[in-house]
Amino acid sequence: MTVSPEHYTEVNQLTMTLDGEPVSFTEGETIYEVAERHRREVPTLCYDERLEAFGACRLCVVEVEGIRNPVASCTTKATDGMVVKTQTEGIEKHRKTLLEMVVSENRNVDVDELSGYSSQEMTNLVDRYQARTGRFQGKKSGKSNTDDKNPFILRDYDNCISCYRCVRVCAEREGDYAINVMNRGFHTQIITEFNNDLRDSDCTFCGQCVQTCPTGALGDKKALRDADTPGEVKKTRSVCPYCGVGCAVDLLSKGDKIVGVQPAMDGPANEGALCIKGQFAFDFIQNADRLKKPMVRRDDGQLHECEWDEALDRAAEGFKKVREKHGRHSVYGIASGRAPHEAAYTMQKFMRAGFGTNYIDNCSRA
Amino acid sequence: MSNPLKDMEKPDVIFAIGTNMTECHPVAATRLKKALTQGATMVVVDPRKTRLAKMAHLHLPIRLGSDVALLLAMAHVIQREELYDLEFIADRTTGGKAFVEHLKPFTPEWAAEICEVPAEDIEQAGLIYGRGAPSAIYYTLGITEHICGVDNVQSLCNLALMTGNLGLEGGGINPMRGQNNIQGAGDCGAVPANFPGFQPCDNPEFAEKFSKLYQREIDAERGITKVTALNESGKSIHAMLIDGENTVVTDPDKNHCEHALKSLEHLVVIDLFLTETAELADVVFPATAFGETDGVQANTERRVQRLRQAVPPVGEAKPDWWIISEISKRMGTPGFEYDSAKDVFNELCSVSPIYAGLDWDRIEHGEYHWPVPDKDHPGTPRLHEGEFKGGMKGVFKIINYRDPAEVISDDFPLWLTTGRRLQAYHSRTQTGRSAGIEYLLSEESLEVHPDDAEELGLVHGGMAKMSSARGEIEVPVKVTDMSPKGTVFTSFSFANVPVNILTGGGYDPVTQTAELKVCPVKVVPA
Repeated sequence: MTVSPEHYTEVNQLTMTLDGEPVSFTEGETIYEVAERHRREVPTLCYDERLEAFGACRLCVVEVEGIRNPVASCTTKATDGMVVKTQTEGIEKHRKTLLEMVVSENRNVDVDELSGYSSQEMTNLVDRYQARTGRFQGKKSGKSNTDDKNPFILRDYDNCISCYRCVRVCAEREGDYAINVMNRGFHTQIITEFNNDLRDSDCTFCGQCVQTCPTGALGDKKALRDADTPGEVKKTRSVCPYCGVGCAVDLLSKGDKIVGVQPAMDGPANEGALCIKGQFAFDFIQNADRLKKPMVRRDDGQLHECEWDEALDRAAEGFKKVREKHGRHSVYGIASGRAPHEAAYTMQKFMRAGFGTNYIDNCSRA
Repeated sequence: MSNPLKDMEKPDVIFAIGTNMTECHPVAATRLKKALTQGATMVVVDPRKTRLAKMAHLHLPIRLGSDVALLLAMAHVIQREELYDLEFIADRTTGGKAFVEHLKPFTPEWAAEICEVPAEDIEQAGLIYGRGAPSAIYYTLGITEHICGVDNVQSLCNLALMTGNLGLEGGGINPMRGQNNIQGAGDCGAVPANFPGFQPCDNPEFAEKFSKLYQREIDAERGITKVTALNESGKSIHAMLIDGENTVVTDPDKNHCEHALKSLEHLVVIDLFLTETAELADVVFPATAFGETDGVQANTERRVQRLRQAVPPVGEAKPDWWIISEISKRMGTPGFEYDSAKDVFNELCSVSPIYAGLDWDRIEHGEYHWPVPDKDHPGTPRLHEGEFKGGMKGVFKIINYRDPAEVISDDFPLWLTTGRRLQAYHSRTQTGRSAGIEYLLSEESLEVHPDDAEELGLVHGGMAKMSSARGEIEVPVKVTDMSPKGTVFTSFSFANVPVNILTGGGYDPVTQTAELKVCPVKVVPA
């Protein structure tokens, strides 16, 4: 009997024991990734699945049989036959102590959810481990850069926990290397080249640092303008209205107001990335200049607001008149490359069903 | 794009030509950056020293409009060094023999004269592309907005065909579409040559199909393009319906365009704002915006995704489809009894073979790339795998170089090229109304090489007068080596620098796309 290749790998599958349960994994997976797949909720602060594992926060430590000290699960590869415990009393106590120390450094534990996609991570862990104990007091690290007057990115380093997610996302995902780490220990500081404002650095204001920050040290300044606006934050999945890449976004709204944008981490075209336009250029939507009513040109030569019926009749009559006077090849339609399919489809149908011509185009020639 | 966006992390060789991707498609560019960290080699062809050009292993700052010469010479090198894929050529193409014969005189030395870059660099570009396994081509409007836009694209196709770089993961020919739904506008049939789903209008079979569907006889011939329609305004064209386009600002030759729209008897505009174009209309309708509209759009990789309404529309704004349907109904046109965007989209799917396997509910999560010919089909992220559509052959095209419509002269001694900037989008009706953008980009400027600035007496921050055969504008000067000597650049985004007063010297004879990328100008201190 021949063994098919698929069958062969199956019988040779790698297995480990996770909290007493045998689980399989694939070559190269870390303990953390295996545990995540099995919904173990191992806590992390420096971890972003889109970035190389870093092993700095030490919250994801687990016990591995045969190894004396707990190991960081995010940087340790799973091996065949490994026996791992993710939630022993000792590990949990260690995690709580670590969190208490982290909290002791930060001015705020509670940050507004409008700060960014990951902004609640630390708050949630502190609550989960009941770590607001005030056990540790003393020196704080990081110096806020409140002088940076850029309108998009809040830089409140009093809340920085040196997870370097911002630095890493800027380098690894964006390839921009606009920010880096200066000094060590309590003097650690995230800075731009020459410690300038972001505007004078290689920063492109894509907002990725804001969205990965787990403490709100970096925040979405535009969204935070509505921190005090009453109402729950609602997220609506849509697609960015600018270029053709088609980045999936979550529109943030409170009541009837759009207050911000967050990238969809599972967006198929962007996988969590955005650029300055998609991230920050959304408020044209509810700008005061928006047309609110139809308008018609009256005898005085000026455009005047009017009711829908008048405008629709006037539009229809005008096309009918021109068709009668000059024939059906005297009318032309230009569709938009910015509006949805339904607009383009009805535009071409307006011409083809209305006039029997193919006198329709869009703005791709401009 | 022939290939999905995720393939952009996979090429061995990246050949990016006429695409300022880090500014115009920044999120797609992050994937190329990833490919570079994984060892990919990148060749960038762009007159300007863009960010992408700075990241390249080889940058060819060719003279504006000389792409065909470069691409012919690269093909010549690939042929001479036998870097072609004979099996691919034999199995999947036709016209190879004539093409190879045609290439003979087009040496790198010949092209160097035209492109104004060293022959060695052209040689290298040919070798790098020819040796890539696979090599991927990326391009944008820097290729298409020329009188030879079609020639440029076909020259790129020739390169991909002769090296067999089609239907491969990490390969392909990949135009990056500039607007969120410009792909969709074509898919939906808002073009003079095709019914929805790219079914040709001049094929009687499809004309009959749509005549039946739309309950009236429809011409079995192509319509005229927008460019022709604007030229015919006041002559044979007397009414227009324009949906969401600021034609006056974004089209070339602004004065001509404004005059054309003014000469219409009836102009109806649907938009978000009272744009320069809407101000000329007889009737203006307020449309709902992003965030206020349910709908569908298709991205540059043919991925079909849903847009969702988050908040109620501003004022009395209505969805475009509703406005267009209401006008149609009042004209007595049948078939516009839609209750929702879903109704409209599902009708599109029922008449378009490339969307036949889709409907409103199936695209909930946006995982389908068209064509999706039936309900069991998984979609087509990568085109041309194994064979071209219907077993057809890829055709080598015989292309010759020709000069741009206008070339520099004593009267207009500098080349002007136009484009976009990261922080602004088109005529800024949207980014210009988004708080904070002005902190980073408050005004437009003309990028001038330091040598040119010195020669012309221009100072950084000072004003310049720039004129072409069509008009004159004033613009602040930015002295930078982003622009090569002899070439200046500005974007078309700012109303106070209406650069499209100057552009519009010629059009591609096939597509009628304007040569927005090349315009001889004269620049003097203002």
